[in-house]
Amino acid sequence: MIILAAFKIAFTGLRRNLLRSLLTMLGIIFGVAAVIAVVSLGNGAKAQVEKQISTLGQNVVMVMSGAASRGGFRMAFGTSGTLTLGDFDSIRKEVEGVAGVSPEVRSFAQVAVGNQNANPQIMGVGSDYADIRTWRFASGDNFTEADVRNANKVALIGKTTATQLFGGEDPVGQVLRIKNAPFRIVGLLSPKGVNMMGSDQDDVVLVPYTSAMKRLTGDTTFRSLLVQAVEPTLLTSVQAQITELLRQRHRIQPGRDDDFLVRTQQEISEFATETSRVLTLLLGGVAGVSLVVGGIGIMNIMLVSVTERTREIGLRLAVGARGRDILLQFLIEALTLSVVGGLLGIGLGWWASDWLSGMMQSPTLIAANSVALAFGSAAMIGIVFGFFPAMKASQLDPIEALRYE
Amino acid sequence: MVPVIQLVDFRKSYITGEVEVQAVRGVTLTINPGEFVAIMGSSGSGKSTLMNTIGCLDRPTGGKYLLDGIDVGSLNRDELADLRNQKIGFVFQGFNLLARTTAVENVELPMLYRRGGQRFNNPRERALKSLERVGLGKRTDHTPSQLSGGQQQRVAIARALVNEPTLLLADEPTGNLDSRTSIEIMDIFQELNAAGMTLVMVTHELDIASYSTRMVVMRDGRVVTDRPVEQRLNAKQELARLKQEQAAVKLA
Ligand SMILES: Nc1ncnc2c1ncn2[C@@H]1O[C@H](COP(=O)(O)OP(=O)(O)OP(=O)(O)O)[C@@H](O)[C@H]1O
Ligand SMILES: [Mg+2]
Repeated sequence: MIILAAFKIAFTGLRRNLLRSLLTMLGIIFGVAAVIAVVSLGNGAKAQVEKQISTLGQNVVMVMSGAASRGGFRMAFGTSGTLTLGDFDSIRKEVEGVAGVSPEVRSFAQVAVGNQNANPQIMGVGSDYADIRTWRFASGDNFTEADVRNANKVALIGKTTATQLFGGEDPVGQVLRIKNAPFRIVGLLSPKGVNMMGSDQDDVVLVPYTSAMKRLTGDTTFRSLLVQAVEPTLLTSVQAQITELLRQRHRIQPGRDDDFLVRTQQEISEFATETSRVLTLLLGGVAGVSLVVGGIGIMNIMLVSVTERTREIGLRLAVGARGRDILLQFLIEALTLSVVGGLLGIGLGWWASDWLSGMMQSPTLIAANSVALAFGSAAMIGIVFGFFPAMKASQLDPIEALRYE
Repeated sequence: MVPVIQLVDFRKSYITGEVEVQAVRGVTLTINPGEFVAIMGSSGSGKSTLMNTIGCLDRPTGGKYLLDGIDVGSLNRDELADLRNQKIGFVFQGFNLLARTTAVENVELPMLYRRGGQRFNNPRERALKSLERVGLGKRTDHTPSQLSGGQQQRVAIARALVNEPTLLLADEPTGNLDSRTSIEIMDIFQELNAAGMTLVMVTHELDIASYSTRMVVMRDGRVVTDRPVEQRLNAKQELARLKQEQAAVKLA
């Protein structure tokens, strides 16, 4: 009953001093809104990156030529390929827990069908490639191991390139010319969207790596290999085995740096989300400070309120309120301020993250736990910062309080 | 019979800066159930100080105070609060109503702090009944600023009565009221007294004191006179007389 009455008194007071209450709550409102907006922005960015990374494939280990830059994962591939056909074969045969291996031989070339032109990425890959990257076929099927062995002129085409060259028509069975060499299209790939670097993964033509090396690039070594582990739990084991194997094969002395780089999909994803995580933490800290400042505002106004209402407190004590009743009443008033502020902040934060998402063209994700966290901290702050004024009120002497002018 | 109030050599002094002000310097006083006592004396003679102690709002700095046989000096803050809530109704000097709070809500206030099993389950109804008892059946949802002084005093009395105390204390209950309203308040007090309640009030006016049964006069923190009221006035008769007189004036 006292609690109910205290809430009623708190709300009446809030309405009576509407402007003052609103100004008091401002810190909490902005603090909560900032927490929600920042966390949702961070969550959205993280989800997007994770989604893009998942387009890489499943249980993927990337092997790249070139030295690792200190402490990190290097996005640029090595200038010269240090990975040989022999490396490729031994990974395939000697490493345990490998489901598939494929090189990636990248080049750009103009492709043409009739008088239609396109400039997709031409990628020389193995027959495992589509499986590693969980790339499905919209039409047709993968090329075979025999196609790879014989360096046949067959191709898989990405959705974007197919639309450019063939419009809505099914390209399977058609012939396209790459550097004037005719390639028969055997499969149309399902769309995958943009990758982490923001380039369109569907603007692509996949050909057997043998054909690419022989007819298009003239390379004899690889710059990158994709390896698929059988299970996610085997990723690190596969990574370790490949590292060991390649160090042996490349005769790298103990203590010397690798001339290649092996990264699991997990590491790539962790690295990619690391920056957004740090940023989220940082901005979240700023938001937290603003919550504390809001709490101090509440404490300030509660102290004013206790002084203003000294006679009321005296009267309540005189008719039989215990110190605890007064403490509870003022705590509830502080709590009401901070909770109402918190609710307004949630509304504002929701709106702000919507607006930010539009502004920055990046999705936001309002997580229930960030709302709960922000709201919970607002309530906590009300109680913590309301405690001192409430304590002060509860310790007043009834006679002195009644006499207070 | 246990006295309601038993003061033995009660003393109260205040220390303001270096100086010690002795507000009450040794009062021994026994008030029995059913008495209606008027405390008189000049300003600063220690009447309010005495009342605050009787009302358990303040503690003596010397001597002893027993309320219903309980030594108040040995009680802690919470126990004093409970005592004020259950046994004592206090009408303060100046009405001390909560501003911007309706009459009926003001009257409900003491019921808010009743504990545990003693809670009333119909506080609103009780508050309205209490207001009706002091002649304020209407205007119960008006705030103090919308009420006259007499009406505010009735609200204060209704609030003091709502927890059914055994002792009603009033510090200058007629201080700011005209004579007719004052007599109406005395009428309420006499009715309560007739129903068995013990009352103690402070007043400056001799004619108001004449409505009580016992008069105590203080000077400089001591009791100088303590005697029964001989020619006691009856508020109902006085009101009737007043009405006749006013009618006569109008006729003339
Ligand atoms: N809190 C206090 N601090 C210091 N002195 C006080 C305090 N309260 C009362 N006094 C002093 O104690 C004396 C008695 O005061 P009290 O209020 O009891 O007088 P009173 O008889 O009620 O007077 P009045 O008729 O004017 O209300 C006065 O001299 C007053 O100045
Ligand atoms: Mg006084």
